[in-house]
Amino acid sequence: MNREALLSERTRQIHRKGAMPLDLDCNKDSLAGAVSQRACVFCGSRVVLYPIADALHLVHGPIGCAVYTWDIRGALSSGPELHRLSFSTDLQELDVIFGGEKKLEKALLELIARHSPKAAFVYSTCIVGIIGDDLAAVCRKVAAKTGIPVLPVQSEGFKGNKRAGYEAACAAMAQLVGTGDISGISPHSINIVGDFNLAGEIWLIRDYFTELGIEVVANITGDGRVDDIRRCHGAALNVVQCSGATMDLARIMEERYGTPFLRVSYFGVEDMAEALYAVARHFGDEDMLEKARQLVKRELAGLLPQLASYRRKLAGKKAAIYVGGAFKAFSLVKAFRLLGMSVVLVGSQTGTREDYLELERICDPGTIIVDDSNPLELATFLKEKEVDLFVGGVKERPIAYKLGVAFCDHNHERKQMLAGFAGMENFAREVHDSVMSPVWRFVPRRHKEVRP
Amino acid sequence: MNTPDFVATTNACKLCRPLGAAIAFRGIEGCVPFLHGSQGCATYMRRYIISHFNEPIDIASSSLGEKNAVYGGGPNLKLGLKNVTAKYHPQLIGVATTCLTETIGDDVPMLLAEYRRETSPAEMPLLVHVATPSYAGSHMEGFHGAVRAVIEQLAEPVPANGTINLLGGFVSAADLRYLHRLCLDFGLPATLLPDYGDTLDGPALDDYPLIPRGGTPLAAIRAMGGAKATVELGATLPEKSGGTVLRDSHGVPLHRLGLPVGIRASDALMELFAELSGRPLPEKLAASRGRLVDSLVDGHKYLFGRKALIYGEEDLVVGLTSFLAEIGIAPALCASGGKSGRLAEAIAAAIGDLPCPMPEVREDVDFQDIETLAEELGCQLVVGHSKGYALARRLHIPLVRVGFPIHDRLGGQRILHLGYEGAQGLFDTIVNTLIEWSQDSSPIGYSYM
Repeated sequence: MNREALLSERTRQIHRKGAMPLDLDCNKDSLAGAVSQRACVFCGSRVVLYPIADALHLVHGPIGCAVYTWDIRGALSSGPELHRLSFSTDLQELDVIFGGEKKLEKALLELIARHSPKAAFVYSTCIVGIIGDDLAAVCRKVAAKTGIPVLPVQSEGFKGNKRAGYEAACAAMAQLVGTGDISGISPHSINIVGDFNLAGEIWLIRDYFTELGIEVVANITGDGRVDDIRRCHGAALNVVQCSGATMDLARIMEERYGTPFLRVSYFGVEDMAEALYAVARHFGDEDMLEKARQLVKRELAGLLPQLASYRRKLAGKKAAIYVGGAFKAFSLVKAFRLLGMSVVLVGSQTGTREDYLELERICDPGTIIVDDSNPLELATFLKEKEVDLFVGGVKERPIAYKLGVAFCDHNHERKQMLAGFAGMENFAREVHDSVMSPVWRFVPRRHKEVRP
Repeated sequence: MNTPDFVATTNACKLCRPLGAAIAFRGIEGCVPFLHGSQGCATYMRRYIISHFNEPIDIASSSLGEKNAVYGGGPNLKLGLKNVTAKYHPQLIGVATTCLTETIGDDVPMLLAEYRRETSPAEMPLLVHVATPSYAGSHMEGFHGAVRAVIEQLAEPVPANGTINLLGGFVSAADLRYLHRLCLDFGLPATLLPDYGDTLDGPALDDYPLIPRGGTPLAAIRAMGGAKATVELGATLPEKSGGTVLRDSHGVPLHRLGLPVGIRASDALMELFAELSGRPLPEKLAASRGRLVDSLVDGHKYLFGRKALIYGEEDLVVGLTSFLAEIGIAPALCASGGKSGRLAEAIAAAIGDLPCPMPEVREDVDFQDIETLAEELGCQLVVGHSKGYALARRLHIPLVRVGFPIHDRLGGQRILHLGYEGAQGLFDTIVNTLIEWSQDSSPIGYSYM
């Protein structure tokens, strides 16, 4: 490894499979000056709750936090689109000196009157915790005045990392759960938890489950609705994806209502199929399992020939993964394998110890596993491993592109669904189209290699 | 429409103050922008800036945690500076504060002084500090504040050197490169501050550029006090700015002009450059002005009387309004989330004696206000950055993208707004946007204009 690229405080967050047993440091605060790719607690809360489309999302703080998250995700709604607006109390100097509670109350009352939301989430930002605004008290007062749930989200940016934000979001949602009527819900019912309906993915997943004869009570939170969340405790099972973000809600519901949960992923052929089988097995219904088999068979019949043709072009290419949650990385490793590609670098912003152990288990020897990385490290690894394709988010893209490495956008604003069987084909196509583009032959770093 | 006492902001037409400082710092050679605050601030801004420039921008953070917020962010600030120095080998670290560190009351100048004392000179980059609490002012105050801080903290007493200082304001990378060429054309040795013309629009490379090539050279910044003049662009600049510091502390005469958008504002800059250089308008600039005027005639009928909404940073809004009024468009609403208190006055001055009614001018407004007003006023064209797309779509009127951010098109950093060339590009784009709009909505499908 290039020593030059690595700060000594970061060595314990980087592992090479095979060298020694994995003992990765993770889930800690980002190192000052390391240029982490992570955001903050607020970001964690905002991404989880963002897709709830009929709620008001008011950011209590100076303008930045609201404006940088305005319409930031491609989380689609089949109805209301209140989530696509950016609301802020835009705190000013005098508010910081005298407190922002009055402004917050007034902002809530006027926005609720204008938009008639089903609920309001009020996000706390860094300075709200410092100036001592009593967010919960204001929320209670406004809830009493307006008759809708007004939920504080304790997401002060500095109070931990993105993971703490997930917990704050789940705690806020948990206040909604259990307040709706659950009569008439089928015993074969689930909540789809931890899918955010980017590019309409949750609609596809819902269709699959519906085809199996399962009632979906609530989407949490993609294409989410407040009333669905209020009655989601009536579902027989929580099917949890992206476990980092929403596991807490599943745990709270297990404790409070005895609702069991399953961890699944809808990304990649194996994991998508297993998600359907696992749910069918949970209900112990042979007919449902048979329907799942038929569905998978039908989808694969269309998909596999397509994948085979991509595989012929992509086999032997090397991929790197850096994503927010490690759970997404598991599926990506398998998906690349299906395309005949090897994964040589995999990392995440918020993985846990268990996540990294699982990643090590499924990765090839020599693979670099990294927690909370930064541009310098990622660029160094991409070069060392001679990576052909990098998959990540908006902040990873320019690292790949500057180095002449192909890129697959697995970000919040993407327009292509990557989940489900249809998503796997999109994924393969995107990887293929970027890797095979003729533009790389003009890029300095790839010039010699690509030119005959 | 927000009632006058409405306090909530919906879809802000401004960004937060540290973002402007980060971009300005990125325009200095060898500089790493550094935010003293939570990790999220740096990451959100990186993401926002990357989505416009499609370029890397590494912004470091002191990544404060809960303990730091209680006991002070000093240790993290120092650790962050040490780590950035070790890995980026910067010549300069530009430290901007955030709402968090301003509110907890970290004394950053004192902390930096301590850090300088505690650190061996061999490992010590220059440090510049600017206070950018996001609860006071927008990204433009951050941008101008950073420029001023760099000058205050780096410019030295030097003998006269015959150069000019050019403080170009928050313009595109293409604009900065154009300003460079303009100075060359007039034979004016100039220090352009900041200059992210290359650092935020760089070439494909062999390696990841931790600090990309380009930016205003530090030696040039140190010598700014010896310049024969400072030219500072922007019609709503703060009272105290980089230009006033150079004037008041170094005796450099200050010329303030609005952004050179359109013919008259470009003429004003050319005249000033002619005067400062002692050379007439270079032939090729005269030629491009001639072509521009010729094209205005060719296209004038497609534009006359069309009501336009213009929004964005106040300086850019003034420049664009001036240009649109020149070509016969009727600016109907000029809006900004900024609040300099000078926008209406600057717009009236920019329109000058053109036969154009005074538009509605609104400072400190959000897109909720802008959309409602634009609809009431019957705007037929929108000129501004990407964040007006939603309203243009709802009002079913075309949007001409200019300024920052351009998040839904490629190449925002390469849009040229300034000078005769910039006006030419804008003019062609505006005319063709309107022609395309009527062509697409016509049942006939005319194949001539």
